[in-house]
Amino acid sequence: MLVSDGPDDRTQPPATGVAPAVLPVRDDAELVQLLTPEGERRTHPDYAFAGSDEDVRGFYRDMLLSRRVDAEATALQRQGELGIWASSLGQEAAQVGSGRALLTQDFVFPTYREHGVAWTRGVDPLRLLAMFRGVDHGTWDALETRFGPYAIIIGAQALHATGYAMGIERDGLVGTGDPARDTAVVGYFGDGATSQGDVNEAFIFASSYNAPVVFFCQNNQWAISEPSERQSRIPLYKRASGFGFPGVRVDGNDVLAVHAVTTAALERARSGNGPTLIEAYTYRMGAHTTSDDPSKYRLADELEHWRLKDPIARVRAYLEAGGLADEAFFTGLEAEADALATKLRADCLALPEPTLAETFDWVYAEQTPYLQAQQAAYTEYAATFEDEATALEGTGGAR
Amino acid sequence: MTRLTMAKALNAGLRRALEADPKVVLAGEDIGKLGGVFRVTEGLQKDFGEDRVIDSPLAESAIVGTAVGMAMRGYRPVCEIQFDGFVYPAFDQIVSQVAKLRYRTRGAVAMPMVIRIPYGGGIGAVEHHSESPEAYFAHTPGLKVVTCSNPVDAYWMMQQAIASDDPVIFLEPKRRYHEKGEVDESATPVPLHQAAVVRPGRDVTVLAYGPMVKTCLDAATAAADEGRDLEVIDLRSLSPLDMAVVAESAQRTGRVVVVHEAPLNLGLGAELAARVTEQCFYSLEAPVLRVGGFDTPYPPSKIEDGYLPDLDRVLDMVDRSLAY
Repeated sequence: MLVSDGPDDRTQPPATGVAPAVLPVRDDAELVQLLTPEGERRTHPDYAFAGSDEDVRGFYRDMLLSRRVDAEATALQRQGELGIWASSLGQEAAQVGSGRALLTQDFVFPTYREHGVAWTRGVDPLRLLAMFRGVDHGTWDALETRFGPYAIIIGAQALHATGYAMGIERDGLVGTGDPARDTAVVGYFGDGATSQGDVNEAFIFASSYNAPVVFFCQNNQWAISEPSERQSRIPLYKRASGFGFPGVRVDGNDVLAVHAVTTAALERARSGNGPTLIEAYTYRMGAHTTSDDPSKYRLADELEHWRLKDPIARVRAYLEAGGLADEAFFTGLEAEADALATKLRADCLALPEPTLAETFDWVYAEQTPYLQAQQAAYTEYAATFEDEATALEGTGGAR
Repeated sequence: MTRLTMAKALNAGLRRALEADPKVVLAGEDIGKLGGVFRVTEGLQKDFGEDRVIDSPLAESAIVGTAVGMAMRGYRPVCEIQFDGFVYPAFDQIVSQVAKLRYRTRGAVAMPMVIRIPYGGGIGAVEHHSESPEAYFAHTPGLKVVTCSNPVDAYWMMQQAIASDDPVIFLEPKRRYHEKGEVDESATPVPLHQAAVVRPGRDVTVLAYGPMVKTCLDAATAAADEGRDLEVIDLRSLSPLDMAVVAESAQRTGRVVVVHEAPLNLGLGAELAARVTEQCFYSLEAPVLRVGGFDTPYPPSKIEDGYLPDLDRVLDMVDRSLAY
């Protein structure tokens, strides 16, 4: 059976109680695309990719290496080395294209799936794995990398992005005309998050204050098991007009188009023209997380259909067809990816674990006497176990 | 010395904080031209501008959520929640973000933020305007919770809370907004998280905070006529609790009554009873007793006087304590 792009003719029967008439959520005419799935360049009346061939090769490398990090993390989870992993497979173009549109001074508020964006911000992938291994809650330097903590509560970070942008305005770093100073924020979220009050409130505040923020929605079609049409009866990017700012839908698997659209939106924000909603139309090729089983709610045909739109394959086709990269480039990258994965795995297995006692130090800037007493009592209690273990070892006795 | 209402004292405290640190910003509903529904921010937008005294759209989660982002950018936001019962839409941002960001990042991301909440009953209001939500916040690691009972504390504690590098829930007893006191702007303030013995006594320790401090002082005056000498402690800080002051008093009197407007079940009184029992067990002559709101939703205003602890209910519980 054929599977079209539109969920309007998805073959699953609607669940009981579901309103049957669903408006088409896909409209190719409105999708900004600069590179087809076959690797052919397209022009668009409003957007052009301004980068060089070297940039395209760089995007290819970013996407390939991010995918390798993601695959290694999934494997580590399957082997019991991570508690869980949220795969970004299939979303590399949306993440790398937008991430590479950022300037150093811009700030990112991610969800928990923005591994490709993290890569573009120079965040060590090991820090991402540490969080999913249960070693910490995410300890890359958010302020130094300008890549905020992963947000697990859906949509909460859209407000943080807006507030941070309001701070930038107050710092006088919007519309100065100096590209080294003008600053913007990107708030990432998914299709499911657009139903959250926080995301809608963020739209309202950003619009009201004309904040320099870009809302970057990766519509990967699925919020765990719920299709995007459960979240919206109109295309998500059209929501923006109701809030009073522009919305644009871009082919989220086209790194050139994502880069062009995000660059334009960021420029608009930095120059003082306010927020933009970008809907990057993409697909979550993997499960929601390693705890999920997508075969229970979506068809294999759909996956196959999106496999043909792969974000990395189309760039390779483009580079090869145009003679923009030779075989050595591709084999060199494969080797680099393997080395990256090997090191990442080794580093992950060697991650030191924190002690519970030290966690008491992170709660307050000025620790309370009560917490201090709990910390001291726990430390003392824990020490008795170490003593016991040492004592047992000393006698050679078994427990 | 200036004679100020609590509302004016809070206003003066906010003004001094705005003057002292350009990174202090105020945000909330109607806090600009109107000066807030209780006029606590009156005149501040006129003097400090719309960028620093921000009239927010009507969305509490966003008021707090955008303050998180501003704090990450280096600002010290002071959010106003218009009424106690309106804080719940912001609960997720407060509990999941404000309270946890420092911990999440092992101390790298600070959350210097004050969330002001006018709270408590006794003003004849409609539903959702008379609640005492302190236990939710005191229960949450990462937050600090304070409340003032008089204009002097209002003035100083507001500035101290804003200067704190930890997020502070600042509860303002709205029925005391218009009570006056002498504020000495050049005095040395009591530390923010220290309790105060506001009336020394020998027979029973009465622990109170916010709107109940005056009620308990009135009860102590009445009790004195009957030869009972109550010690009244204004806790001021609900998280952390100043157990040094509380335990010293409890060990001396051997009897403790806790008074708050909030429902009793798992309220501050329950925590205080547990902590006093742990620390003062051999000094106690009676179990720690509690006077509070009942475990019902807040009642319609025509009958709120029966719900709120008053002088008679405090004295009744003091009698019960002394009967042991």
